[in-house]
Amino acid sequence: MTNPLPPLGRAAGNGAATAKPDDRLVSDKRYKIIEATMRRYGYQGHGLIEALHSAQEAFGYLDDFTLMHIARTLHLPPSKVFGVATFYNLFTLKPQGAHTCVVCLGTACYIKGAREVLAAIEAEYDVKAGGTTRDNQLSLLTARCFGSCALAPVLTFDGETIGKVTPEAAAQQIAQRMMAIRQAA
Amino acid sequence: MNLEELNATATSERLARAKKRHHIHVCVGTACQALNSEQIAKALQAELKQRGQSHDAEVKCVGCPGLCSLGPLVEVESRVNGQATTDAPEEDRRKSVLYQFVKPEDAAEIIAHLDGEPVKRLETPLDQPFFTRQTKIVLENCGKIDPERIEDYIAAGGYQALMKALTEMTPQQVVDEITRSGLRGRGGAGFPTGLKWGTVAKADPNAYPTNVPEGIQSRKFVICNGDEGDPGAFMDRSLMEGDPHRILEGMAIAAYAVGANHGFIYVRAEYPLAVKRLRTAIRQAQRAGLLGNGIGGTAFSFNVDIRLGAGAFVCGEETALMASIEGGRGVPRPRPPFPAECGLWGCPTLINNVETLANVPPIIMKGADWFASIGTEKSKGTKVFALTGQVVNTGLIEVPMGITLREIVFDIGGGIPGGRQFKGVQTGGPSGGCIPAQFLDMPVDYESLAKVGSIMGSGGMIVMDDTTDMVEVARFFMEFCMDESCGKCIPCRAGTVQMHRILTKIQEGKATQRDIQILEELCDMVKHTSLCGLGQSAPNPVISTLRYFRDEYEKKINGHHKSKPNGLSD
Repeated sequence: MTNPLPPLGRAAGNGAATAKPDDRLVSDKRYKIIEATMRRYGYQGHGLIEALHSAQEAFGYLDDFTLMHIARTLHLPPSKVFGVATFYNLFTLKPQGAHTCVVCLGTACYIKGAREVLAAIEAEYDVKAGGTTRDNQLSLLTARCFGSCALAPVLTFDGETIGKVTPEAAAQQIAQRMMAIRQAA
Repeated sequence: MNLEELNATATSERLARAKKRHHIHVCVGTACQALNSEQIAKALQAELKQRGQSHDAEVKCVGCPGLCSLGPLVEVESRVNGQATTDAPEEDRRKSVLYQFVKPEDAAEIIAHLDGEPVKRLETPLDQPFFTRQTKIVLENCGKIDPERIEDYIAAGGYQALMKALTEMTPQQVVDEITRSGLRGRGGAGFPTGLKWGTVAKADPNAYPTNVPEGIQSRKFVICNGDEGDPGAFMDRSLMEGDPHRILEGMAIAAYAVGANHGFIYVRAEYPLAVKRLRTAIRQAQRAGLLGNGIGGTAFSFNVDIRLGAGAFVCGEETALMASIEGGRGVPRPRPPFPAECGLWGCPTLINNVETLANVPPIIMKGADWFASIGTEKSKGTKVFALTGQVVNTGLIEVPMGITLREIVFDIGGGIPGGRQFKGVQTGGPSGGCIPAQFLDMPVDYESLAKVGSIMGSGGMIVMDDTTDMVEVARFFMEFCMDESCGKCIPCRAGTVQMHRILTKIQEGKATQRDIQILEELCDMVKHTSLCGLGQSAPNPVISTLRYFRDEYEKKINGHHKSKPNGLSD
């Protein structure tokens, strides 16, 4: 039987390239979660965004292999899956750092100095918004409003909301949290 | 659950509540939760247990009471009419104390003072204008009920309106009641809700080819638009977090009125707490027989699904939102046909904003005349605003239509902090405009706001003081629209980029008079030729700042081009 999957390309990463694609679906339990989501929508096309949400939650990002797998299971052309995955800001095709910091650049935060906060973090960690530090520890992202405007300016660190941050203290607050997690591990 | 069972649940729940001498409400909205309010609730509970007062007082996690800038907030309601428990909940009179900036370590002190004087150190007056000037309809339960318990909502009179509609009214009567109330869409454009409902109710599901997925039985749909994308707006989030059942009830009534059996709530993925609480609410309502097949013992069936957005502002536009629910890229399409005739999977579809739907149950319960008595001639009822920016009291407010901006900013908002001067207020987010100080006494309603070049919008209200650079504000919004443009139509895709480039040039001091001219031409072109609301309204922040703060633009040009008085350079 011919396998319709394309070469794994950059998605393969370390060693996985040697394994057969179908092995990965079996050996990696996380595909079960995506499978459950797709089943809930009767493997129909309208479950695509939900499937991508599951995949991103499970893997942290969407690689080519996963996108192809979803396309095949939902009987959608790969172009459609890739098109949807790249249309929405929340989906990312690049692996993320160990921690994620999202700085809100909504209007209220902006007026209260979110840009200075972002600049301070960028300078401290030598990373541009949208990028990941060289040691893969921190991904710095921006958002269009968390709706926590009363706490402006706001950022989140691994999902935890930190409000009323200042440019001076922001980098330090992030460092403290990363340190705490490292010590706990 | 039929009407009798509903009433029985409400009564027993009210009785149980009346037996407790003290009700302690801890806000667990996103803002307060970020400040550890769940720890506070736990600490209060532990303290009650330790003192053996658990039988006498209860700690409840509630939605947002509004005054987010003083959070975390804890409200204590204590009975005033003596110590004895009462069997008549309606005689249960209570007085409230509100505590601000509460920390978990304050729990012991709060509990110790339950029966005596309130803790002065933490108390904030409840008779301040922030609370007294508001009229709460949509937010009446926010901050009062536990959003994760359906019994709480039922005890507050929840699902009574749905029962009334199902058992006493025909679908046409429901539509007529909404039409007579004068309710208009709260998502921004202000389209009359009754008219929309009537159109969907009359629409023929077979008029257009349909392709409804297997497993979905309905041939008409109700969609609740919770894709609150405007930066600086969090009304819908607070509502979905604080009173999710209210939205489900509004949707079910709407579905009954238009003849739909399936609904979707489209929520931003950036609102995880709202998603979680809505999911819980749907499960509870299904179990109670208030959603699903044969609601309340009648023949009416209605199911609700949640769909998550994925970070695309344009999905707030109705046709883009439907494309997203169908699992595709969220790009709008030309109208007509309007969703009311050809919407989700080609079926007639009713799309209403979260706040619009939350207005429905009280209108059904209290009647259209009651609702129409609030507000102005053309704008009825109340509006929820998210008041943020350079203002003392930031948070969520609900005011009757027709209130003046001055009352909102200076009475309810408490004015500008740090002795600064008021400069303007931005309404409607990236689709709205900046309103300068000269219009402070203008009434806030759909028409007045449109007249001064802004829009009601979904309800974000950002106050700016004299340090705010208006050109920068315009540039900020243009950058937003540029990033969020879906790219389908050229005026929006290319126009926003060009406008952003010119605004940046002005900010850098490299622009000339000619650039302002081009900017104005572009505004006009993008506004009138874009496909959807995003592009059509994208120039609004530029147009309004040019109209009222033109001197700031001029200053940035003249300051750097004194040598070229004719305004031409290069």
